[in-house]
Amino acid sequence: MNATQNDAHCRQGAPSVATAAKRAGTRDAKRTPGTRGGLRRREHWTGFSLCLPAWVLLCALYLAPIIVLALLSVTDYEMGAVRWKVVGLDNYRRAFSDPVFRRSLANTLLYMVLVVPLSVAGGLFIALLVHARGVSRAFYEVIYFLPVTATLVAMATVWQFLLHPTLGPFNHLLDLAGLGRHNFLNQPGLMLPTLAAIGIWQLLGFNMILFLSRLSQIPQSLYDAAAIDGASHAIDRFLCVTVPLLGPTLLFVIVTSSITAFKIFDTVAVLTQGRHGSEVLLYDIYLEGFTYSRTGYAAALTVIFLALILLLSVWQTRQLDKKVHYA
Amino acid sequence: MMRRSAAPRQAPADWSADDTVTLYGHATSHAQVPSARAHWAGLVRLKRALILLAAHGALLAGAAVMLLPFVWMLVTSVRPANEIFRGSLLPWPEHFHGWGHYHEALAYVPLVRFMLNGVLVCSGILAVQLLVAIPASYALAKLRFGSERILFYLVLAALCVPIQVTALPLYLGLAQVGGLNTYFAMMLPFFLSVFAIFLLRQSLKTFPDDILQAARLDGMSEFEILWRIVVPSARSSIAAFAVFSLVAHWNDLYWPMIVISDTQLAPPPLGMMFFATAETGSDYGALMAGATVLTLPLVLIFLMARRRFIQGLTM
Repeated sequence: MNATQNDAHCRQGAPSVATAAKRAGTRDAKRTPGTRGGLRRREHWTGFSLCLPAWVLLCALYLAPIIVLALLSVTDYEMGAVRWKVVGLDNYRRAFSDPVFRRSLANTLLYMVLVVPLSVAGGLFIALLVHARGVSRAFYEVIYFLPVTATLVAMATVWQFLLHPTLGPFNHLLDLAGLGRHNFLNQPGLMLPTLAAIGIWQLLGFNMILFLSRLSQIPQSLYDAAAIDGASHAIDRFLCVTVPLLGPTLLFVIVTSSITAFKIFDTVAVLTQGRHGSEVLLYDIYLEGFTYSRTGYAAALTVIFLALILLLSVWQTRQLDKKVHYA
Repeated sequence: MMRRSAAPRQAPADWSADDTVTLYGHATSHAQVPSARAHWAGLVRLKRALILLAAHGALLAGAAVMLLPFVWMLVTSVRPANEIFRGSLLPWPEHFHGWGHYHEALAYVPLVRFMLNGVLVCSGILAVQLLVAIPASYALAKLRFGSERILFYLVLAALCVPIQVTALPLYLGLAQVGGLNTYFAMMLPFFLSVFAIFLLRQSLKTFPDDILQAARLDGMSEFEILWRIVVPSARSSIAAFAVFSLVAHWNDLYWPMIVISDTQLAPPPLGMMFFATAETGSDYGALMAGATVLTLPLVLIFLMARRRFIQGLTM
């Protein structure tokens, strides 16, 4: 889950960014400064002291590290080195000519292309089926959500066993079917699709729940009204009521799934250790920064990672603003 | 059944053949409508049953795929080694192996220790997160003190920065002060949850100002107002956040993998990884037993408090 969770940070973050900021503005206007000076001074002091721990931690855990990161990215510093020098943008230039980094970027994008459409379309399909169920709805909800709750690292070892070339049941079945055994987690062309399948397995239930919660917000009266207006068939009502109302949620789920997929790490760390054909962005950064100790270079890669994540987040925030309009 | 078999005789063609509708004919057609309707109702019912069947079929097939790893994990954990080695495809053990693999797993790695580490780290993180975020979110929602705008914008910006970005500088800092391989190192980056501040601020915004004003007039300090009036009113948001935070950090691998190399300090995911990559990593019976033990707590909590759990993860 942990990939999913961490991004939930980013994902959930935005719900009403624009509206919240707007509201903060109007409140200021309401208060006329200068009246009841004593009270205001007390409020100032209280507000400041209540926020002090948050300020300190914000500086220590976000602002300072990001500044240090940016500075490191223009040096050739290596963990533990005595001497280092400023190299300008060399690390960035090197990144884009580094075949491993380029492969990891391409693989991460390919992984996203595999996981996002299938987990979103699959999640929507399951949500529509589950939504129409009565008594059995809770039963299906639990089963499909189960992979979201299970520790991904533990489940990855289970998948490793399921896909094991000699002991695993999958290969046993393939062998019986005369298709031959495959080393899913070792053959370059098979690794990424296999990781994507596990990613979809884990994300499906999460997306289903997001769609379900929107579906149950659509009032029955809209369907009744559509039926009176001539949408006699269920498919007509689906197209003229469900689809437009689900649109914003759909975009939201696409963006959050993209962020989750972009941050793939756990399954790679457990199952393939970034073997040739399964290099991904975060694992590459992990290797450069913490295994090979090429700190300056890893910092540059991290800055690129941050830029891409921000791109996705901005897209997400824009979608959310639209979502607010519809809701 | 009677009605349905009678229906075909009263085909609509009969009615149109009658040019003049007599009083008698009118009456009969009235009498026949229900039987025709019953026929259609039968067809509709059949169609509905087929749709229902198809829907359940698709859902059950999907559910089987979803459950497969769980079932195989459980089955393998109680299956004797020779059956595992043979690659048995039976979804149940031919000979029940009992708790054998669980004992092996416990002998290979300190599973209980991993879980205690997880509990300690998660509860430590959550406690500090709430202690920092609750006052800050209250101040941001209800007080004007000059720096609230800038703080709020920084919180929004920080929401988009995942741990993987700040990990490198934080790691260097911790290494500098000799703080690696400690519980503190595992918890430190998460002490500030900008998500908690954002979420609680949104929820506290809706708290009526009149009540706060009345409490102030009664002489309550802001501190008392916060902990005795505001916090209880935000209970459900706090609970939802607690679920989110506990699950996120129980499952986190990236940060512990960076700062922890001592097996004794590993939280569940890192412990599982040590287990899987060790020499014992090919003893799948024990490995599946270990995976079962480490997955169990969250799955149990999920099954017991499904609504709260889902609410926490999908806020």
